[in-house]
Parts: sequence; structure tokens; C-alpha cells
Amino acid sequence: MSLTVENLRVYYQTLRGDVKALDGATFTLDDGEIMGLAGESGCGKTTLAHSLTRLSPPLRYVEGRVTLDGQELPIADMSRMNDFRMKKLSVIPQYAMNALNPTRKIGTIIRDLLRSRHVEADTSLQELYRRLDLVRLPYDILKRYPIELSGGMKQRMVMVVSTLLNPSLLIADEITSALDVATQKAVAEMLVEFRDRALVKSMIVITHDVSILYQLADSILIMYAGQLSEKASTQTIIRAPRHPYTKLLISSLPTIGVRHAEHKLSGIPGTTPLLLDPPAGCRFRDRCPVAFSKCSEVPPFVEVTDGHWVACWKESETHA
Amino acid sequence: MMKTKKGSEFLFFALRNYKLRVGLTVVLVFLAIALVGPSLARNTPFAYANPLGAEPPSGEYWFGTTTFGQDVFAQFVHGLRATFVVGAIGGGLGTFLGVLIGFTAGYRGGLVDEVLNMLTNIVLVIPTMAVLLIITAYLEVRGIITESIFIGLTSWPWVARAIRAQTFSLRSREFVDLARLSGMKPWKIVFCEIAPNMMSYLLLASILQFGGATLNAATLDFIGLGPTTGISLGLMMNNAVLWGALLLGFWWWFVPPGLAITLIVGALYVTNVGLDEVFNPKLREM
Amino acid sequence: MLSLDGVSKVYNVGTFGGKQLRAVRDVSFDVRDGEAVSLIGESGSGKTTIGKMILRLLSVGSGTISIDGVSIATLRGSGLKEYYRKVQGVFQDPFSSFNPIFKADRMFEVLRQEFYPEASEKEWEEKVHESLRCVGLNPEHVLHKFPHQLSGGQLQRFLIARACLLEIDLLVADEIISMLDASTRIDVLNVLADLKSGGLSLLFITHDLSLAYYISERAVILQRGRVVEMGLTERVFRNPLHPYTRMLMASVPRLDKRWEDTDYGAGEIGRPSELAGSTAEEALADERHTLTQAEPGHFVATSG
Repeated sequence: MSLTVENLRVYYQTLRGDVKALDGATFTLDDGEIMGLAGESGCGKTTLAHSLTRLSPPLRYVEGRVTLDGQELPIADMSRMNDFRMKKLSVIPQYAMNALNPTRKIGTIIRDLLRSRHVEADTSLQELYRRLDLVRLPYDILKRYPIELSGGMKQRMVMVVSTLLNPSLLIADEITSALDVATQKAVAEMLVEFRDRALVKSMIVITHDVSILYQLADSILIMYAGQLSEKASTQTIIRAPRHPYTKLLISSLPTIGVRHAEHKLSGIPGTTPLLLDPPAGCRFRDRCPVAFSKCSEVPPFVEVTDGHWVACWKESETHA
Repeated sequence: MMKTKKGSEFLFFALRNYKLRVGLTVVLVFLAIALVGPSLARNTPFAYANPLGAEPPSGEYWFGTTTFGQDVFAQFVHGLRATFVVGAIGGGLGTFLGVLIGFTAGYRGGLVDEVLNMLTNIVLVIPTMAVLLIITAYLEVRGIITESIFIGLTSWPWVARAIRAQTFSLRSREFVDLARLSGMKPWKIVFCEIAPNMMSYLLLASILQFGGATLNAATLDFIGLGPTTGISLGLMMNNAVLWGALLLGFWWWFVPPGLAITLIVGALYVTNVGLDEVFNPKLREM
Repeated sequence: MLSLDGVSKVYNVGTFGGKQLRAVRDVSFDVRDGEAVSLIGESGSGKTTIGKMILRLLSVGSGTISIDGVSIATLRGSGLKEYYRKVQGVFQDPFSSFNPIFKADRMFEVLRQEFYPEASEKEWEEKVHESLRCVGLNPEHVLHKFPHQLSGGQLQRFLIARACLLEIDLLVADEIISMLDASTRIDVLNVLADLKSGGLSLLFITHDLSLAYYISERAVILQRGRVVEMGLTERVFRNPLHPYTRMLMASVPRLDKRWEDTDYGAGEIGRPSELAGSTAEEALADERHTLTQAEPGHFVATSG
């Protein structure tokens, strides 16, 4: 087991109370697995990424355990997590490519980052060059300023930096959103290649774009309003989902080959609940076409078939 | 209605803000003195009331008298009025010009913006002292209004700059495009869509302009470039220095006006900071 | 209905306007009555510039844009206002499209003042409610609320309702659902499709090929300001001829096929011209192109 998350609960502190952004996440990630984490805005996917890497106020750790390669991660302790960041787990945050300091050369940025992890840049230089070859960036990029690079180049640079120390787990948060189609494909393929060459053991790829996940992920975890809905292999999620939310979500996605005139798709009526005071039990209850009385209790995230986990009373009922 | 709620939310924070309360109180006290004072004064500012010349404060002359026996209190309250007038007119003119030029440059962009920018920079760079000296050389008699106009005409650039910048950023928002698609005329868009978003800044800018104009006027008066008629706090200090009040120890001649100017302008700036905290929640020390 | 003929737009950029940026080059296409045409391109393709020119938010550079045969380039004042009764737009960011300090329905008030000043209270209320129902919104749920109290999907539909109210002929929709959640996107898209079957012409500007396929009859593919391919959506998507279109079709992530299974032969990235602001691609786009008909209803740009 590469990553194990048990009953992770992380809330946001606000003046009006706690926003229950992540309420009971339990899942595992195997070595070599690329898991896509998908959901709509407010589902908690970025909160999950932050909880694993940067749990600081206003985020508040409530309960739960995270284990990576058999070692428990002290996620609630920011300073102790320093030893793990970049070396054991690494994150590419949203908009990372826009966060490069415009007044510093790329080479300087990398050197400073490595120094903060107590790694001298010179010893890693050869490895750095090898990685640059891998992502097809010229070596002289180290002497350039961020403003001289295109979006795709910056994103690839960020990927190189984040994986330089061969972390076991890489979390990529919306790294393909702001790119054009060709670069998006290249970046996605590079992620897979990093895994194939064992530079990174496993990955969590966070995005709202399910079709990209279909192309690169082995499994997909769907979240809704801070709770996990379903986790299964990519094929299963796309072709044979079981959770009502997943079913409605997948069927609302337009794809080439589907025309309004021939096949009118429909969305999901209603809106996501506010997480300041969410409804008890399954949070999808109000919008679910098959909700029944038991749904007022939180459904457990159970394995209904091998490798297929669902949090739904209806589904676990029919399975049982 | 969120708008009144937001209004009352502002009021709530405004009333609790220490700086705002203190600053506003000081200014209002002086304003009251300026309004009521002249009717309380027993003498006119320039009358040679005291045949004994300069005398320290007493029961008869609350602020003492000058070398010429003029009632310092009378001069003070009349001067205070003049100071407020200059502040209002000069500051008002400066704000008006800044708003006009800022909105026009920010909304129209392009060539208009370039030209107005150049104008702003020129006015910013003009050495106001030098221009004033030239003007004083030509105008034998200058009144308070002339001084106010001069101050107004030279103090608008920073307001214009700030408003231009904010207008630029608001203009690129899509609701402005939609307003255009609704057939709204440009001036209507500026005043009905863009300006309301900047009300807090406009208020702060006008307060700062008022304070700045007052200080400017006092400075000009003090060095002798002020009005040739009438009395103001700065003129009082000018006279005091000219007639050796500092050397002879006639503190009651220059301390009241100096203190008043300092307190008024200081209070205005403090009010400004307080208002900024009210409008900008991130600055509140909660 | 809408016709573009040889439309170009050049910006002067750089200090003192030294350099020139050709945002749109010689674009020609049309939108017929009751038809939806997708204008497809990535960032920098000029699609938003074209949309803004059609809406007269930008001046028409060169060439002609005409509605029902009448050129719009010289419209001003009341002529322009009349134009806005026929053509309206909806934009990408629902929260930026509303003035945050006013309630969302103030927008209807503005329309009333500008376009229907003599309407009575009762009449107006009816009209507003009708247009809200037209887009699937319940008047009781969305009126008298501030923008931040409504969701992105509701706000976008509000803006479409605005178009319904004016009874326009053409709607320019510029990336209107890219900022919405997946489950609400399709609802807004369906609203557009329903309006289209009611007779509204639609210019659907997007970078997302699957949306274009879903809603439009014809598609125009733009690359760096130039039309590289256009025609019936079916034909262009199933049989892309231009290298750029083929690259798009091969690179777009789909839910029915994996990238390995597509057979369009994507181009390599890591082109030498990848650095920002390169001149190589500029030169490439400057070559003279003409549109030739490859098959009925399908045109491709060829060099020469």
C-alpha cells in the first residue's frame, strides 16, 4: 500500500463556524496507481490536497490518519511535514505556473528550493538535465526568466521541480486547466511517463475535467460536497458507475459524437449544499433520484466489488 | 436589502472605530469654533483694540493681543473660517478635477488617456512654488478664492491617477460591456456603474484633499505667498514671525494657529486611516 | 442573418504603438436564421475579438460585418441601440458580468429604462417573468437577490433571459459555460438549444470541441486569427482535413476514445517556435491562405 487515508476530517474555520469541507475520507492508493480525483466546485478535492501537504489555518485538522509507505504522516504539524514535502510527497498546486517569481531566473528558483530541502543543487544537476530531456525542455531554460516561457513550458518546468527528489506520491491540482489542447495532452502524457519510469510511485490527479482522467488515470475517485462518492477503475466509472451522483454526472458530459438534436443530455437539478451546516447523512440526498429513508445516515464507503468502492445505501443494499 | 445592511454594517464599524471617532470629533470641534467663534469675538481681527500692544492671554483678551494690539482670539476664529473655506474650495476643486480627468482617462483609454496622462504628469512636475512666485509678482491683490483655485488646480494629479487606475480595472469587467450592450451612454456608465463601486475611495480622496488643501494654504500663507487681504491661520503665523513673536516670546500669537493647523490636518488624516479600516475589512484590528 | 466578409483586426502594441498584432486575419463566414455556428479556437485565435467586433464593443478593423445585409461598422447612437435590440452577447464569467454592489435584477431595470420606457409596471413584470421562465428559472427564486447569492448557472441563465426579453435575432455566446460546474453546463447549453429551435441564431464561441459538436450545425475553426477549416460540424469533425484541425481532434480528451486510438496523427509539441512571442509562428500565419471546398459543406484553407 502506497497511501492510506483513514477517516480524514478537515474543516475550515470561519467567523460563522466550521465549514465541513472534508468529512470522513477513507481510501487507499496502490504503488504505481494514478488516481484521478474529480468533482465539482466545493466538493473538497483541493481541501484533500491541502490536508495532505499543507494543513494550516484556516484549515483545521479534526481527525483521521494518513499513512504513506507504511509511515504515518504528521499532517497536523506543519513543521514536521517539512521533512516529507518534496521528498516523500510533492504537490503541484493550482496556478503553480503563475507563482514563479518573475524576478528570478528558473535556475535560481530551483537552487533555492533544493537548498530549502537541504539538497545541494550541484549534485542534482545531472538528474535535472535528464528530467529536462524527459519533458523536452532545452537546458538553457535555467537561465531564463518565467516571463519568457509559454504556459506549457512553465507547467512542465513546475512538474520537473516537483518531482526532482523522486517523491513517492505526487499530487497534481488542476495542472491542465489553463493550457491549450495540445499542451494539455503533452502534460498529461508526461505525468504518465513519470510514473512509468518510476520517478514517482503514485499520483493523485485532481481536476474537474473527467475526460482528461479517462485518458491518463488508472482509477477515479469522485467526491461530492466533502464526502467520497465512488472509487473504481477508470473504465468502470465512465462506463458502469454505480453511485447515483456519478451516474448523473457522467451522463451530463457532452462528448464528440453526441448531438443535442439526437440525444439531449440532462444535468442534475438542484445545487450543492452549503457546507457550513450540511444536511445530515448523505449530502447528495436532496438531489438524488433514488434517495430513501436510510439516506439520512452517512453511507459508509464500502467495497461493493473488487476495487470498486461506493458510498450509497441503495447500492450496498442491492449488492448485499 | 443587502445594500442597507452593508450601509449599516459600515455604520456599525464606523462608530466603533477609535481613530474615526477621535479624528472626526476634533475636526467638528474646530468647525464649530469656526462657525460660532466670530460672533463670540468682541473685536474684529484687524482692529487695534489694545493700546498696550502685545499682551499675554487674559480675561479680556482670551488669546492675548499682537504687537499692534489686535485681538488674537478674533484673528484666530476668523482665520479658522478662512482656513476651512480654503480647504473646502481648494480641496473640492482638486477632487472635482481629479475625478473628471481620472474617469475620462480610465474609461476612454487610447489617445485620450495618453493626452490626459501627459497633462497629469506635467501638472505633477510643475514646481508650484515657482509658479506661485510668478503669480504673486503679477497679481497685486490676491484673495482667498484665488489661493483656493490655485491649490485646487495643482493638487488633483494623484486623485486622477488613482481613479484612472481603478476605472481601468473596473472597465474591463464584463458588466461594463453589458451596460454598453444595453445602450447606456458612456457618462451614465461611469456614474451609475463604475463610480458606485468606488464610493469609499472617493470619500477618502475628498477628505485627504481637504486636509491637503488646508495644509498647503497654511504653508503658502506662512511663507508670504498667501492672500493679501483677510486673515487666516497661516497668515497669523506669518505675521507672528515677521514681527518677532518668536524672539520676543509672544507665544500666544503663533501657538494657537500652529496648533490648530496641526490638529485639524492631523485629525483629518487620522479620520482617513480610520475610514480606510472601516471600508477595508482586512485592515481592521479585530 | 450575420455575415462576415474579409474581416481583419490589427492592434498597435508596444511603446508608441510600434509593433502590430494581427488578431484577426481575413475572416469570412456567416450565420443563417435559426442556425447555431461554433467559432472554435484556442487562446490567441481571435475568436473573442471577432465576438466583440460583432457586438460592436470593438470597432470593426477592416472588412464588412453585416446583419441582414446592413453593415454595422458605422452604426452609432440610436442606430446602434436599434442594433442591440437584434444582437446581444453573453460572456464567460458570470460573476464579472454583474455589478457586485447592485442586485442581479437591476439589469432588467436598465433594459426597461433604455428600451421600454413607456411600459407599465404590470406589463413589465409579466415580461420579466416570461423571460425568466423562458430560460428555466423560477422568478420567485432569483428575483431580488444579489449576484453572490445566486449560482454561476443561474447568473448565466439570467443573462440569456435578458436576451429573451429583448426578443433578439442573434446571440453571441462567448465561452459562456466554461466557468460553470459540469452538472449545470448542460442545462445552460440545453436552454440555448431550445431557444435556437425557437428561431434564435447563435454564434457559439468556444475552445471545447464536444460542446461545439453538441449544439452547432456548422463549425468554423480558427487558428491565430485565420479560418483554417469550416463547414458542417459532422463533416469537419469526422473528416478533419487541415493539419491544425487534425491536431485538435487528436489532442482533445474524449470520453469515447483514448488518445492512442485516434488516428489523426497529432503533431509534436516542443516545436522550436514554442517560446512566448516567437516570430516563426507569426511568419507561418502570414502566408496567404484561401478557402477551397473539399466536399459539399466543407471548406479547408490551403496555402498559395
